[in-house]
Amino acid sequence: MAMTTTASAKRYSNSTYRTIRRARTFGLYVGVAAVLVYMLFPYYWAIVSSTRSGQALYQFSLAPSLDFSNYWQLFHNPVFMGALINSGLVAFASTMISLVIGILAAYALGRLHFSPGRIILIAVLMISIFPQVVVLSGMFEVIGWLGLYNRPSALIVSYLILTLPFTTWILTSFIRDLPTELEEAALIDGCSRLRVLTHVLLPLMGPAIASTGLLSFILAWNEFLFALTFILTDENRTVPVAIGLLTGSSRYEYPFGQIMAASVTVTLPLLVLVLIFQRKIVAGLTSGAVKG
Amino acid sequence: MSAAERMRRQQNRTAWLFLLPLIIALVGVAIWPLARSIFFSFTDAFLDAPANYGFVGIDNFITVAEDPVFWRAVKNTLFFTVISVGLETLLGLAIALLLHRAFVGRGVVRAAILVPWAMPMVVSTRIWEWMLNDQFGLVNKLFVTLGLVEKGIAWTAEPSLILYTVIFIDVWVTTPFMVLLILAGLQLIPEEIYEAAEVSGVPHWKRFWSITLPLAMPAIGVAMLFRTLDALRMFDLSYVLAANNENTMTMSIYARDQLISFQDLGLGSAASTWVFMIIGLIAILIVGVLRLDRTTG
Repeated sequence: MAMTTTASAKRYSNSTYRTIRRARTFGLYVGVAAVLVYMLFPYYWAIVSSTRSGQALYQFSLAPSLDFSNYWQLFHNPVFMGALINSGLVAFASTMISLVIGILAAYALGRLHFSPGRIILIAVLMISIFPQVVVLSGMFEVIGWLGLYNRPSALIVSYLILTLPFTTWILTSFIRDLPTELEEAALIDGCSRLRVLTHVLLPLMGPAIASTGLLSFILAWNEFLFALTFILTDENRTVPVAIGLLTGSSRYEYPFGQIMAASVTVTLPLLVLVLIFQRKIVAGLTSGAVKG
Repeated sequence: MSAAERMRRQQNRTAWLFLLPLIIALVGVAIWPLARSIFFSFTDAFLDAPANYGFVGIDNFITVAEDPVFWRAVKNTLFFTVISVGLETLLGLAIALLLHRAFVGRGVVRAAILVPWAMPMVVSTRIWEWMLNDQFGLVNKLFVTLGLVEKGIAWTAEPSLILYTVIFIDVWVTTPFMVLLILAGLQLIPEEIYEAAEVSGVPHWKRFWSITLPLAMPAIGVAMLFRTLDALRMFDLSYVLAANNENTMTMSIYARDQLISFQDLGLGSAASTWVFMIIGLIAILIVGVLRLDRTTG
């Protein structure tokens, strides 16, 4: 708004100028409202549909009903509840492993003057653009060797290919931005590198670790291809696959009410976390990308 | 050995130690599996007995290259990538320009647009599948009520429409990502440039063409690169919406089909190696173009 033109202010009379400005502000809010409707309405409609069953599901009304039978059925469905637990465990475990490995690596890449560091960083970036399908056959074999086939822990291992490059990259760019004075003082006092990392840097990295961890959790929680391929039985599935495979007995008997209830349930915890951490998430997503 | 030399060596040793877990993990889940996939692509192994194989040279690569279904998948993927990344960039730029302006509640709006991006792709697909349902979907009901069509359109079943439906859903899901990256780029443009342009009476559209666009270009370029590489490996959206429908089959779906559905480890690996080479080539081309741009501009 600060940039509304001084040049045009000279050309127009005061009242015309005011009208133009009002029209512009009005246009801005209409635009913002349109963006919000476009981005949010589908999720709202999923919530509305999830609270309807039977004939009510096919009615054209924007208000939610208060029929929670879809949710009731869902939460009494052991397969879906199991999938929720599996998803949570898998996403949490692979995030934790990635954070620990990523923090160690980020310190070496961001702080120690280490010449092969650049090559390693580029290799890490290249791994993050691998099409997942290209490691599928090899990963199949690795999981077989580890004896993890059809176990949720197979996903913890395989998700590292998604989460590790990501955490390493973002944490490295974060560590580079931290001031070096504190560490230097600690090093002169005779602290070991590991101690410097855990006692000086780590406390400063809290926000970065939280946002990186959350993004990596979302990445793992939403993954579909590996979860579909490495898990064979329903009770070991994750939720995206459970929702992806949920079908009715025929094309016209899709249990859409239940699918919507499952969709809302799976997305809600993510949305709450995203809204709480949104500032940091945006910083995490854009750091490195735009600065570099 | 000098003290500085000793310190340098010690630092190197520490660095390797800190990097060891990363290297072990990435070799285990990325480099080794990739090498094995490429290895299997030269064999006639099957998934049920991978240890039992013979070498067949480049036969698998030829078989894949002679399969019209594979080229159909390549064509679908490229078409999907070009159209959806193009639309996402335009829409993302428009929304970013809008949200870059100051208004009440800007922070809330920026948080709210993250919603489509944070959802699992499967969930977004299912929600749109429901909204676009030919008989009971909201979109068709709206169109019929407005008198635009007489009866519901089968967006997700009609062969000529389904790929466009996939593109439409993908644009909805990934535009927030574009908006965020472009917004971050816009925020790096110093306000003084606009003030100077304003004082010298440069009109709005010209400010956009000669200030905003060139200065936001690096951010837009990076965002497009990320999105392109992501779109080229797309799997879940097409798979959930239409499984093995040839009209929406992507390269990744084709490769996984050979490997898992047909249990053909050799052929599946060759297909995924093809995918890898195609995406690698496109990545090199894009990075080359970006570099060229930077050195000439």
